[in-house]
Amino acid sequence: MECVFGLVGNDFAIVVADTSAVHSILVHKSNEDKIMFLDSHKLIAASGEPGDRVQFTEYIQKNVALYQFRNGIPLTTSAAANFTRGELATALRKNPYSVNILLAGYDKETGPSLYYIDYLATLHKLEKGAFGYGSYFSLSMMDRHYHSGMSVEEAIDLVDKCINEIRSRLVVAPPNFIIKIVDKDGAREYAWRQSVADTPAPSA
Amino acid sequence: MSRRYDSRTTIFSPEGRLHQVEYAMEAIGNAGSAIGILAKDGVVLVGEKKVTSKLLQTSTSTEKMYKIDDHVACAVAGIMSDANILINTARIQAQRYSFAYQEPMPVEQLVQSLCDTKQGYTQFGGLRPFGVSFLFAGWDKNYGLQLYMSDPSGNYGGWKAGAIGANNQAAQSILKQDYKDDITREEAVQLALKVLSKTMDSTSLTSEKLELAEVFLSPSGKVKYQVCSPENLTKLLVKSGVTQPATDTA
Repeated sequence: MECVFGLVGNDFAIVVADTSAVHSILVHKSNEDKIMFLDSHKLIAASGEPGDRVQFTEYIQKNVALYQFRNGIPLTTSAAANFTRGELATALRKNPYSVNILLAGYDKETGPSLYYIDYLATLHKLEKGAFGYGSYFSLSMMDRHYHSGMSVEEAIDLVDKCINEIRSRLVVAPPNFIIKIVDKDGAREYAWRQSVADTPAPSA
Repeated sequence: MSRRYDSRTTIFSPEGRLHQVEYAMEAIGNAGSAIGILAKDGVVLVGEKKVTSKLLQTSTSTEKMYKIDDHVACAVAGIMSDANILINTARIQAQRYSFAYQEPMPVEQLVQSLCDTKQGYTQFGGLRPFGVSFLFAGWDKNYGLQLYMSDPSGNYGGWKAGAIGANNQAAQSILKQDYKDDITREEAVQLALKVLSKTMDSTSLTSEKLELAEVFLSPSGKVKYQVCSPENLTKLLVKSGVTQPATDTA
């Protein structure tokens, strides 16, 4: 029931992910950050098997960092996305990773971009994308309200519409979401949307 | 002296030298020279052809210049069969990169990768080093037009102008005197031909003894690698005053 979606605005890209870590019927925690900083100007929002998700995204993150150390220049978002897809493709017919990824980045020359990479190593460059059961609702909302060149306020408004739709219509909807944004100033956390805060441990 | 340290390629001599690497560079010093010049609107590569028999089929193949990828080309000096192996390796590395990243491989990374291969032959495996030096000319979006020189040790450097092969030191010093930072591609061609004419052993320069290639950006923004045809080369040689124009025979 993991929900990940994202969209591209006029000079930024936004990705949103739910924050529940679930095992069978138990919610381990509801503030799990599933959007990783790939480098200063890239975000990778991942959903899928928790072990694979962390293992694979960290592997990509470290390879991206190694490239920058070795060559003195960062990878473009497109190059990073294609590299990521290649790694999934190579592992696919031996020991596949069950991870779905939305890779958002900002390049000085080409602006913001969003890449959809699914667990079968499908790669699509998109304006808006989503994974999971939540995608039925978020894609429909985005299809209705998205237009290219949205401002941050318009985009966040659309993100909230999607989150509300998921909360009201998905049977086991995740309660909390994290929103991250990437633009010319870099990648950073934008906001949380919480309807259930983790209860603090009772004091002695 | 130190003959006992010659036969094993991958050991130091007591003086701290790698003799096999040095001998490889000696071999290149006897080979046909090549000159590269970085101009502000292109990179020029000129090579001296050693094999100039009339019987040689020279339809489309070149002896000194090779295209590695759409945006990188190289000139070679040294043992041709060694060069072919390395050129193939460089081509594979360039394609492997663009397969993984769907982008052309940055020129310096390509040079570095090939030089890492060459270095391996100076440290392990018990195989002799490659007897080839390269001049790489290319364009990428990070640093624009670039020229790199590499030798059998696996060392490489970025240059504004460089020479490899026979008389490369003489050529390099003439280049040092005559090169200007804002040289154009046309001027670079003239300079390269002039330098070669001074350093080559042969008495007269004709288009049969030379190869000329240029790497530059076309107006549409695509990288072009152009080998000069013999007819155009003859015209250029006349223009640069290196050869006398052909006189009509009575």
